[in-house]
Amino acid sequence: MVTTSLKSLEEIRTGSLVALPRVITFEAWKTAWSGACTGIQCEGLQPYFWNSVLLAVPAVILSTLIGALNGYVVAQWQFRGANLIFSLMLFGCFIPFQVVLLPMARMLGLMGLAGSIPGLIFVHVVYGIGFTTLFFRNYYVSIPAELVKAAKVDGAGFYRIFWSIFLPLSLPIIVVTVIWQFTQIWNDFLFGVSFSQAGTQPITVALNNIVNSTTGVKEYNVDMAAAIIAALPTLLVYVVAGKYFIRGLTAGSVKG
Amino acid sequence: MSPVLDIKNLSKNFGSIEILKNINISIDEGDFLVLVGPSGCGKSTLLNCIAGLEPISDGGIAISGQDMTHVSPKDRNIAMVFQSYALYPTMTVAKNITFGMKVRGVEKEVQAQKLQEVSRQLQIEPLLNRRPGQLSGGQRQRVAMGRALVRDPKLFLFDEPLSNLDAKLRVEMRTEIKKLHQSLGASMVYVTHDQIEAMTLATKIVVMKSGVIQQIGTPAEIYNRPANLFVADFMGSPAMNLVPASTSKTSSGFDIIIRRVGEDPLVLSDTKARDLPSEVMLGLRPEDITDGQFRNGSAKPMAPCKVSVVEPAGADTFVVLSLGGKEVTARLQAETSAEAGKSMEFCFDLNKASYFDRDTGHRLSV
Repeated sequence: MVTTSLKSLEEIRTGSLVALPRVITFEAWKTAWSGACTGIQCEGLQPYFWNSVLLAVPAVILSTLIGALNGYVVAQWQFRGANLIFSLMLFGCFIPFQVVLLPMARMLGLMGLAGSIPGLIFVHVVYGIGFTTLFFRNYYVSIPAELVKAAKVDGAGFYRIFWSIFLPLSLPIIVVTVIWQFTQIWNDFLFGVSFSQAGTQPITVALNNIVNSTTGVKEYNVDMAAAIIAALPTLLVYVVAGKYFIRGLTAGSVKG
Repeated sequence: MSPVLDIKNLSKNFGSIEILKNINISIDEGDFLVLVGPSGCGKSTLLNCIAGLEPISDGGIAISGQDMTHVSPKDRNIAMVFQSYALYPTMTVAKNITFGMKVRGVEKEVQAQKLQEVSRQLQIEPLLNRRPGQLSGGQRQRVAMGRALVRDPKLFLFDEPLSNLDAKLRVEMRTEIKKLHQSLGASMVYVTHDQIEAMTLATKIVVMKSGVIQQIGTPAEIYNRPANLFVADFMGSPAMNLVPASTSKTSSGFDIIIRRVGEDPLVLSDTKARDLPSEVMLGLRPEDITDGQFRNGSAKPMAPCKVSVVEPAGADTFVVLSLGGKEVTARLQAETSAEAGKSMEFCFDLNKASYFDRDTGHRLSV
């Protein structure tokens, strides 16, 4: 993909698929970023890339925070029916995307969020809570209940215990959740294509439009460059967060 | 003055299971109360109820005369030390100790001053900037105590604080807790399953079993006058010897007759006994069965018995004999001449003997 994206169209047509480019050109990358056409608009991936960022970042933060709070409650503040609610959330993880499309569309319409980025954020947060709750719950059950008791005797309340004691302990699981959620949300196509409209589409939808709606010559180099651009942030998250993930694990092991 | 802790008719149920049944305990200023019993007897639950971490189903709890039955833990004027220490893992030792004051909004200068006092008292000053993960078990234990001490509470609660330490450290920390109790003069409630800890620390012991209090008393009372067979068997190491015996009244008291397999019955006379049924359970501490050769005083009954096992333990030698179909342990001096398989004279001191009803297990007053 990288080699093809660095070739000129001329070279792609004449050379073999795996050969290295004779002349390296970033023309295709430029086009993919700011000039490729999706239908009638020729702005490249750029606006959609920012759409995806505006969508993924808040959605990841919100779903992680809510998941942490949920997990904390389910694991350490057992109330009547807590296990039932947790099971229902787990069940939510297994609902296929397609099933919720119609009800969700209706819901967004009622909320006045249809076709907007906040609407998409809402969809992803709701869909992600099941997973994030599961992650945090499983992490927090291993924390001794005596910690909560000690904090209660010390006079700390529900949120104080969460902020001062549980969140600082959670780095490893936060990293795992962020990787998972970011990958899910950034790579999502179905929700993106269903609940967006012109101007609010995420990058995956735009990529599809670029690749599938060319007229005339198929610009393989631009398609490749666009695909790499679309995949880059998830790669980055893995590389950067992966390092913290290891750190988080070792920090946890000294904790004792 | 009202008692520091007053528990009245406390009951606790989980669903239909009764965990604690009709608990009544009252302790005075400066008392060291130890709750002791086997696992699952409800002693930790009772402590959590006192702390307010578990709601109670019935009855009431008062601390220093104030009704605390429905008051939240932070307002009960208590401090608690947990079995796992429950130190906050991401905070330094100093922050661990001051966390409670920070939450309660105590001024910074006061916090620093109290931190300094407590850390000097517990000798943990060099550790203040470390995290719990970098401390040894004994150091963590100290920090946990420090966290309780800064609170300056009316009542200290300890939930098996020494059970995670190795044997040597446990004995050291035990002494230290006792010193702390003496120097502070504070009131403490301490949960343990270790009856030696209970005996050494307590000014008052509560023995529990299956959520029911078996006996409340000073260590000496519990040890010398156990209220029933359970307490007799649970407190003391080696355990009290419990031997079925029959009795017959004589002019000067009672003859206690213990059947033996393949030997003549052992007949001991107790001149103190006033009134006994014909069948009893005799309870004798190992130290009340001694070597006949080293007998001191005259009027104690002697009898030959066959020795089955000799266990030297350094300061003492424990000798196992068989009486009434049960194994019986005697605590002899280290230089005893007892040999396994041979018979020798034993001296039975019935002065401190306990008698129990064979059916109910209750102590028979003598």
